[in-house]
Formats: sequence, structure tokens, C-alpha cells
Amino acid sequence: MAEKDELSAEVKERLKTEYQKPWRQELRRTLSVKERSKIPRQKMPERPAEERIKDFGEVNLGLETEAAQMEAKRCLDCANPACVKGCPVSIDIPSFVKLIEIGEFVLAARKIKETNSLPAICGRVCPQEIQCEALCNLKKATGVPVAIGNLERFVADFERKNGEIFIPSIPAPSGKKVAVIGAGPAGLTVAGELAKKGHQVTVFEALHLAGGVLVYGIPEFRLPKSILKAEVDYLKRLGVEIKLNFVVGKTATLEDLRAEGYEAFFIGTGAGLPNFMKIPGENLIGIYSANEYLTRVNLMRAYDFPRYDTPVLKGERVAVIGGGNVAMDSVRTAKRLGAKRAMIIYRRSRHEMPAREEEIKHAEEEGIEFHFLTVPVRYIGDEHGRVKAMECQRMELGEPDASGRRRPIPVPGSEFTVEVDLVVVAIGQSPNPLIPQTTAGLKVGKWGNIEVDWSTMATNIEGVYAGGDIVRGGATVILAMGDGRLAAASIDEYLKRK
Amino acid sequence: MAKIVQKKKLVPNIYLLEVEAPEVAKKARPGQFVILMPDEFGERIPLTIADWDIKRGTVTSVFMVVGTSTAKLAGVRPGDELPVYVGPLGRPSEIDYFGTVLCAGGCFGLGAIFPLARAYKQAGNRVVTFLDVRARYLLYWEEKLRAVSDEVHIISRDDQNLPQEYISWRLKNLLEQGRQVDRVHVVGCTYLMSSCAEATRPYKIKTIVSLNPIMLDGTGMCGACRVSVGEATRFACVDGPDFDGHLVDWNELYARRKAYLEEETHSLCHWQARVYEEEAI
Ligand SMILES: Cc1cc2nc3c(=O)[nH]c(=O)nc-3n(C[C@H](O)[C@H](O)[C@H](O)COP(=O)(O)OP(=O)(O)OC[C@H]3O[C@@H](n4cnc5c(N)ncnc54)[C@H](O)[C@@H]3O)c2cc1C
Ligand SMILES: Cc1cc2nc3c(=O)[nH]c(=O)nc-3n(C[C@H](O)[C@H](O)[C@H](O)COP(=O)(O)OP(=O)(O)OC[C@H]3O[C@@H](n4cnc5c(N)ncnc54)[C@H](O)[C@@H]3O)c2cc1C
Ligand code: SF4
Ligand code: FES
Repeated sequence: MAEKDELSAEVKERLKTEYQKPWRQELRRTLSVKERSKIPRQKMPERPAEERIKDFGEVNLGLETEAAQMEAKRCLDCANPACVKGCPVSIDIPSFVKLIEIGEFVLAARKIKETNSLPAICGRVCPQEIQCEALCNLKKATGVPVAIGNLERFVADFERKNGEIFIPSIPAPSGKKVAVIGAGPAGLTVAGELAKKGHQVTVFEALHLAGGVLVYGIPEFRLPKSILKAEVDYLKRLGVEIKLNFVVGKTATLEDLRAEGYEAFFIGTGAGLPNFMKIPGENLIGIYSANEYLTRVNLMRAYDFPRYDTPVLKGERVAVIGGGNVAMDSVRTAKRLGAKRAMIIYRRSRHEMPAREEEIKHAEEEGIEFHFLTVPVRYIGDEHGRVKAMECQRMELGEPDASGRRRPIPVPGSEFTVEVDLVVVAIGQSPNPLIPQTTAGLKVGKWGNIEVDWSTMATNIEGVYAGGDIVRGGATVILAMGDGRLAAASIDEYLKRK
Repeated sequence: MAKIVQKKKLVPNIYLLEVEAPEVAKKARPGQFVILMPDEFGERIPLTIADWDIKRGTVTSVFMVVGTSTAKLAGVRPGDELPVYVGPLGRPSEIDYFGTVLCAGGCFGLGAIFPLARAYKQAGNRVVTFLDVRARYLLYWEEKLRAVSDEVHIISRDDQNLPQEYISWRLKNLLEQGRQVDRVHVVGCTYLMSSCAEATRPYKIKTIVSLNPIMLDGTGMCGACRVSVGEATRFACVDGPDFDGHLVDWNELYARRKAYLEEETHSLCHWQARVYEEEAI
């Protein structure tokens, strides 16, 4: 997916310099390629399925130190590390992995942080199997890539747990004010980068916690909130101000903020608008968008109702429509809230599911039912307007469509009914329209996404930059973060020019 | 964090809440609302902006105690802070010169209708205000509303000697008598809004209702607030809360507002039990 044709000259140079360092040469000699290839991939320790479905605690426990170092030994330290090409932000993967091999965990974390500000998060949620690990040369040789994601997580957790978080020295204040709109991974990255350059950064966030999808969407069992909190605390220590409960476009428009002295802007407002299928019965009680369902449970902590006031309906027979990460998170949440049947209803086959491989595996272990090549066509309600059943239709796969995946085609006469009492619609999100609607002249594309110059992330309005899901539609954390880094560099340039 | 400046019981079960929120005050327009959370454990609930004061930097709402969040709010004191207070949300009401505008409010809507009546008046309309109260002693803000209305009618049901009536009946009577009304705007409970919309339907008088579905984020992110209007599904927090009352699917709204009846009762009992326990200590 994310393979870049070629790495930039600068990245190549950086990799080469590190590769040639004497300690690396020496380390390579300690074990032959053959011996390294024989080491089995170290398993991520995880809580047993029957235990973890009873609570919201994290599923993966993280590699132990010895296992991490053993895993690092597997890396061949290639002269031409293909893995880096698969990483959207070109992390110097061999360098950090080799630092783990020699036990320099904190240095390894800092190495990653040269290009990725959120390794504890990316180590947990990146789809490594289609990025770095997909291209790993060891995979080509043995079929089993280095567990780069697990190692990334290991060093980031080590750094955090040992209180080794490094606070860089900050240059003298530039006197320039920057407004970052949206506290998702894109916005948080911009904020951190610009604070480090001495600019005065304020993040405006509509919700009452910072983190975007990481706080309201991705559940605790996959990404503990404490990790996000550590990242946000770090930003605050860098001097970033976070203004929560502030909806730009409502509480103040972008132009109002300009009048208050902000000179540059970054829009990272995400893809917050849930899509529905527009089929009959979709407004019955018991049919949620994934955003609503996950927000109730994660942000509002409905899993701890009535200690927390926000309720969530608990289904016995729950159907989740979709096959991405959002669908996996929703269905596994339903299981944890006590569903007897927790079902994925997906219109294509397992092969086309866009969810991370690990999430699919975890879901299978947890007893989630998968119904492939199936779509709902209509919901049926009871006399109180609550959903009680769902009429579905079977699909078959036809020719590949624009995304390269085979297009599902309905099979006539294949309708059947499934009893359900809760449905979660997880078929994607559209860009949040609030800022485009309230910012005169801002150029948007056909789907409402903000248009940018991809080399700088600049929008058509001077001093206004954008990135993440508001630009890309639904994408990934690492792409949002990568956009943030690029935008921050451009904003810094812009402010210097000004 | 938003500091509470004033909390006052207006009439039994209905309170005024004034909160320090200079940014919200600066932007507030009639018909908009805020979302607040009474405490860290609370729900995010919407309340209509009933008044604001840019100089004081405050925003005022009127709320009726119906469940846990509003019961918690009834217990706040000046100086307390609300962990969430965000706004102004929703589209402002369309204010223009229409001719004669009939503003109708019930329960918390007596407060919520005030900025609308004021704005319609300022736009040059003749403002006729209908106030629905179960009994006279539940009437509040009468003077405030008189000051911005050309006529005020109070419809209450406590005088056993008079025929019992509701706003919608009075409205129907008025229209049957041939009274010219160019627009109706109703704020209050769902019943009040739907019945007024039914009363004006035969006369094709544009009737704006300020819908109150269950909300969560209030920024268009979740779809909890979806309502069927005409053929379309709309998100009340960003597309509304004002809609054409003749196009709203009222049965759906009634049902969806009751989605959590069981949980709400449970929540209130749980919280009350805790409060009594704490008081006992
Ligand atoms: C349930 C779920 C699971 C996912 N799982 C994965 C995964 O495993 N791996 C992966 O890589 N990606 C995953 N994704 C996708 C990933 O989370 C997103 O691509 C990423 O979060 C986008 O980041 P962002 O910063 O662009 O926007 P967001 O994270 O959406 O953040 C936008 C922020 O802006 C705020 N905002 C919006 N409008 C305004 C406004 N007008 N004023 C102020 N603030 C505003 C929002 O409240 C929000 O906090 C998942 C997404 C979901 C929903
Ligand atoms: C745009 C809008 C403006 C409103 N303005 C006012 C106002 O000015 N004054 C006022 O007293 N009330 C107003 N309401 C209604 C108010 O939000 C609810 O009464 C309040 O949320 C009830 O919360 P509770 O915990 O006290 O009661 P609960 O026991 O939780 O619920 C009681 C009833 O209130 C409704 N309700 C519950 N939760 C919500 C929620 N999160 N969002 C919306 N409705 C909910 C339900 O229909 C429920 O049956 C408004 C609602 C909307 C949507
Ligand atoms: S491609 Fe695989 S083996 Fe080679 S450097 Fe990258 S992680 Fe190590
Ligand atoms: S309250 Fe979430 S979309 Fe309206």
C-alpha cells in the first residue's frame, strides 16, 4: 500500500550514515544472516480470550525485554532496508532495531522520535502488515517479517515507564501565534513540532478530551487512554496550550482567530461525519453509527454505567456492518458489553477486509461471528420503534473496482432475516464540514475534503494548512501524523518568511 | 471549565443557570444551544441559550429537572465549575420580517423563546407570545416576555372554572377566527411542538419547531440526534435544531427520545441513593 517508489536522497543519506557506523558493522558480524533468519518471530504476549472479553483492559501485554532483544536479533540490518520504504514517515527502522539489540532502549525511542512523534500509539495501531513489515527483506526470505510494530511499541513503552521522556530544549519564543484546529494525531503532531521551534501554539478541540479518534473511537483494550494522556502531557510540557470545548466555526471562526493575532493555522478536524446506508428502518432505536457507539463507551465511559451517567444500549444479538478497524472495534466492544452473538456483516470476503490483521485474529479468538458477502437491506422494528430484525441479502464478487478489490454484486432472491437487537453501522466517515462551511473561500473537493498542495499541505488560503482525515477522508494515524510533520515544517518556513 | 455565576429556582422544578462563558456570549444567536456536563461523571446535555450578556461575559439557560443531569445541575452553586460548556451550537434561527409572528413556549421554553421573541420584535414583526403553563404559579419571565411582545397570552390549566385548554387549541381557535399569522415558532416539549404544528397545518402557516432529540457531541460527529424531516434524515445538532414542523416525523422523534427510559430511571435512582448516603454520613 504505502510503498514509496524511492526514498528521498536525504533519507537514503541518513540511513547510509547510520548503517556505516562502526558499532553497526561490528554488531552485524556477531551473528550470521543464516543464524538470524533461524530465530523464530517472538510472540506478542496477550491475555487469553475468555479473560479479556470480560473487561476493557489491553489485550496485548507487550514484549518482555529478552523477547524484544531476541526479536531485534532477527533483523538482518540490510544495506538496502526495504522496510523503510513501507513506512509513511520513513522511520530509520534498522537503526532503532539494532539499538534494541544492544540494549539501548531509550536511544532507540529517540531514534524513532526523530520522524514519528507518537511511537507508543503507532506501535499499537499501525497496519504494519501492509506497511513496513510487508516489505521487510526477512519476509521475502523466510515468510515471517521482523515484528517492527511490536518493537516500536516496546521501546516507546520502556521510555514512558522509566520516566525517560526527553524534553528538548526550546529555542527563544518566536513571538508567533499558531492555531491548531482539532486535537487528533494530525493536530497534536503539528502542535509538538511547532512548539519545539519556539512558536506559541494553541490547540482548539471541540470535545472535552484531546486525542481525536484515539480518545473517542479506538477502545481501551487496543489503546489505553493513559498512553494518550502521556502524549498530551508531553505537549503541555513543551508549552502547548490546549483549549478544549471550543468548536472552531461556532465558538469562533478561523477569521476571528486571525483577528486575535494567530498568524498561521492548521486544520486537522478529521473525518467526523458518520455515513449511513440510507436503507429503510435505519433510524430505529438500537441502530447506532460506530461513532456514536464508540463515543458513548470510550469517551463517555458508558461501560461503567451507572457510575458514569451516559447510557449505551446493550444488545444480546449485535450486528456490526462493515469490515474495517472501526467495525472490529465496535464488534469487540459489543462482546465485552455482554453480547451473546456479536456479528460482523461484511459485503465482501475475508480477503478484502481492510481491518488490521491482528484485529481480525483477535476478533476470531474472541468468538466474533463473521458473515461475509452479506449486506443489510432493511431493518424491522417492534411496536416501540426498536430494531428487532434485519433483512440481509447475499452478495457475490464480480470484477475489481477502482480500489482494486472485487466489487460485490447482490444475488437476487437471496434475502434472509436475522434477529438483532443492536446494530452498529461502521461503513466509513466523511470529512467534517464545519470549517469549510464557515471559512469563506476555502477550497474543498468533491467529497468535502479540504484540498491541499501535497508538497506543503497548504490550502488555497494564505497561512492555512490542513492534514489528516479532513484532507484524505478516512486514513490512518501514521498518515495523519506524517501530514502533521510536513505541515509543521511548512508553517515554520512560512512564519520565518513572514 | 466554566464557572457558574448564578443558579436560581424560577418556579418549582425549573431553574435559571447563568454561566461565565465570554466566548459563547460573544457568538450567541437566537435559537442556538450549548452542551454542558454537570460533573466529570455526567452526560453531555444540550440546553437552549435563553439569554446572554456580552459585557458580563455570561450565558443564561432555563432548565427543567427531568433526570440525573438536570437534577445534578439543580444542585450546583455559584462559583462551581462545569467541566464541559461548549457552544453556541446549532444553526441560529432565521430571523427576518415576516409580519405577525406567534412565539409559543412551554415549560423551559418560556425562557428559551425569549431571545426569539426579542429578535423577531427587533426585526419589525408584530410578536404575539403564547405561554403554556400547567398552573399559574409555574409562570416565570412574564415581564421580560411582555417587554418584547405586542401581546402575551397565558394559557394555564389550573382554574377549574375555566375550560381546560392547551396552546394548540387556542392557536386553532385564533386561526379559525381568521386571525392573520405569518409565522409560528414553538419551543418546548415534543407534544407542544407537534400539536402546534398540527394546528397550523391546515392553514399552511410556516411553523418552526426547535427539536430536542437526544444528543451526544453536538457537532455532527455521532448521528444520535438524527431526525426524519420530509424525505431526509437530518442531524438536529448541525442541520437544526430548527425545522419545519409540518415536515417532521413526530412519531419517530417521540420514540427516539424514549430510547433510554429504563437506563435513565436506573441512573436517577443510583444517583439519588448516593446522594442520600452521602447526606447520611
Ligand atoms: C474506531 C476507529 C478505529 C481506527 N483504527 C485505526 C487503526 O487501528 N490504525 C490506524 O492507523 N488508524 C485507525 N483509525 C483511523 C485513524 O484513527 C484516523 O485516520 C486518524 O485518527 C485521523 O487523525 P486526524 O488527526 O486527521 O483526525 P481525528 O483523529 O478525527 O481528530 C480530529 C479532531 O478534531 C476535532 N474537531 C473536529 N472539528 C472541529 C472543530 N470545528 N473545532 C475544533 N475541533 C474540531 C475532533 O473533535 C477531533 O478530536 C481508526 C479510526 C476509527 C474511527
Ligand atoms: C437542542 C436542545 C435544546 C434543549 N434545550 C433545553 C432547555 O433549554 N431547557 C431544558 O430544560 N431542556 C432542554 N433540552 C432537553 C434537555 O437536554 C434534556 O431534558 C436533558 O438532557 C435531560 O437530561 P437528564 O439527565 O436530566 O434526564 P434523563 O433522565 O437523562 O432524560 C430525560 C429525557 O430527556 C431527554 N434526554 C436525555 N438525554 C438527553 C441528551 N443527552 N440530549 C437531549 N435530550 C436528552 C430524553 O428524551 C429523556 O427521556 C434541550 C434539548 C435539545 C436537544
Ligand atoms: S527489511 Fe526487515 S530485516 Fe531488513 S532492515 Fe528492515 S526490518 Fe531489518
Ligand atoms: S449530537 Fe452527535 S451528531 Fe448531533
